[in-house]
Amino acid sequence: MEALFAIAIGTLTSCAVYLLLRARTYPVLLGLTLLSYAVNLFLFASGRLVMASAPLTDQGLERFPDPIPQALVLTAIVIGFGMTALMVVLALRAIHATGGDHVDGGER
Amino acid sequence: MNHLPIVPILLPLIAGSVLLLSTKWSPNARHAFSLAAVVGQLAAASMLFVTVREGPVLVYALGGWAPPFGIVLVVDRLAAALLVLAGIVACASLLYAVARDTETSAQRFLALFQFQLLGIQGAFLTGDLFNLFVFFEVLLIASYALLLHGLTADRVKAALHVVVLNLIGSALFLLGVALIYGVAGTLNFADLARAIPALTSADAPLARTGALLLLVVFALKSALLPLGFWLPRAYGAAAAAVAALFAVLTKVGVYAVLRVYPLAFGPQAGELANVAEAWLLPLALATLAFGALGVLAARSLRIAAGWVVVYSVGSLLVAVALFTEGGYAAAIYYLVHSTLASAALFLVVDLVAGDRTSAGDRLDTADAMPHGALLGSFFFITAAAVAGLPPLSGFVGKVLILDASSGHPAAALIWSSLLGAALVVIVALSRAGSAVFWRTLSPSGGARAPRPSLAALAAPAAILGCIAALVAWGGSATAFAQAVGRDLAKPAVYVDAVLGGGHAQPDDRRRLR
Repeated sequence: MEALFAIAIGTLTSCAVYLLLRARTYPVLLGLTLLSYAVNLFLFASGRLVMASAPLTDQGLERFPDPIPQALVLTAIVIGFGMTALMVVLALRAIHATGGDHVDGGER
Repeated sequence: MNHLPIVPILLPLIAGSVLLLSTKWSPNARHAFSLAAVVGQLAAASMLFVTVREGPVLVYALGGWAPPFGIVLVVDRLAAALLVLAGIVACASLLYAVARDTETSAQRFLALFQFQLLGIQGAFLTGDLFNLFVFFEVLLIASYALLLHGLTADRVKAALHVVVLNLIGSALFLLGVALIYGVAGTLNFADLARAIPALTSADAPLARTGALLLLVVFALKSALLPLGFWLPRAYGAAAAAVAALFAVLTKVGVYAVLRVYPLAFGPQAGELANVAEAWLLPLALATLAFGALGVLAARSLRIAAGWVVVYSVGSLLVAVALFTEGGYAAAIYYLVHSTLASAALFLVVDLVAGDRTSAGDRLDTADAMPHGALLGSFFFITAAAVAGLPPLSGFVGKVLILDASSGHPAAALIWSSLLGAALVVIVALSRAGSAVFWRTLSPSGGARAPRPSLAALAAPAAILGCIAALVAWGGSATAFAQAVGRDLAKPAVYVDAVLGGGHAQPDDRRRLR
């Protein structure tokens, strides 16, 4: 499962980097979203991946997941959601203000 | 428990929320309320400063959950000094915004200003890495909106770059946090100081990667080369009061370096000792040189002021990168000075631009300014402070940095870069000053700009007064900076204050996993 997880994070990140380098606001926005997915998965994995166990903890359980990364991921998701919303508005504003969707403004 | 440490977070949160709801208030009531709120924050910060000045570290456990499991706020000398600094700059820039700019004294601007302060002060107070991330995001969201305020094409373009860069920065921050948590099992600064030296050699490379990723993020926030090119344009496009407050924002990145690296990755950190040292010094020297050249190449006063911020961050991080007690002491003194000086510069430049009706802040020949003598003297004093000329505090700060670096192997390079860059900045600012104030045409009889109001002049004057006070009481300021340097060089005091006696041993937590 670790390998699958790592491949998923790597694929997401490489797609994100490709999109970020497109220099148009909408692909950049999608890239940032994919990057935040990859980061959230990575953050989640920092508590180690545990299979077939209680979601948090249970009496007498030997192996159970670390709850802190879950809390961190939840916070990161909320913040990332707000940031994406801001970025969408900003990208639309930039099209109106500069007349194009290039990140340096205008149509290139 | 003493509840004072939470006040700098609660006060702007409440004030900002009230301001968002204050649609029916008169503008004057709103201004008075916002000013009262920032003065209140300055007062709370000063009380914290007085409490911790002699050395005790205040620890505030939220909800009474003991560290390292609960969330803590920690006030030591470094945090208290920066809180007071943020309070002073906030008071001055808000006074200026209210007195001068109609666009920046609107209701939403005032609310965002409070949220910006919430983020800044929270970042100074927090005692763990994850809440540092959270407060970074709070201050960034507010700063995007403040930067955009007014929505001119320039500001939208600058903000787009800043937002994208900082979102990537946030992603890297989380990656660093995850790597460090994954191997150390904690994010509390004090607990990290104990867990990092105990890492096995299999885990150390992961923690090193995390530490260096965090350094990239802090470098982005503090505009260290090669991650600082966004700054001059963004700060140059922002409204003056916002740019003055942003002078504190870059220093949050420097604060994070000062907080994390000496504590968790200092000389005592075993395999990870001094991870940042090899990177920070060369980059800081390059930033210093590049910032100075940027001031020289700028074609408008606002952009020049933006490059001044880059230049001052460069000099500041040179002192930090020495990673010695003397270096920390010089850094904290110069940090206070350079924040005040750059904030004053942004305000003065805006006053000058407002007085030149035709040319604005461009470095062109234009009609003589109606109030050239008054604003010229303001500009002269501010430029002298920025460039580090005696008798102002920049000179003392420079001398402290030079003195701290004298025993360093690269001392010759550091001295020549610092002195050379200072010379370039002096040349650039005197050229800008003579172009704006002396090389002028006789007035063509158009509309004269009105005299700036007393309140608008009082804002930069107050900051310059603080710079003068930093020299007049230089002895105690330097002694305080040295005390901060000692604290940072010997993190045991901080660690013991946070973790106390009855904390869980790291082994207990390992067993949890």
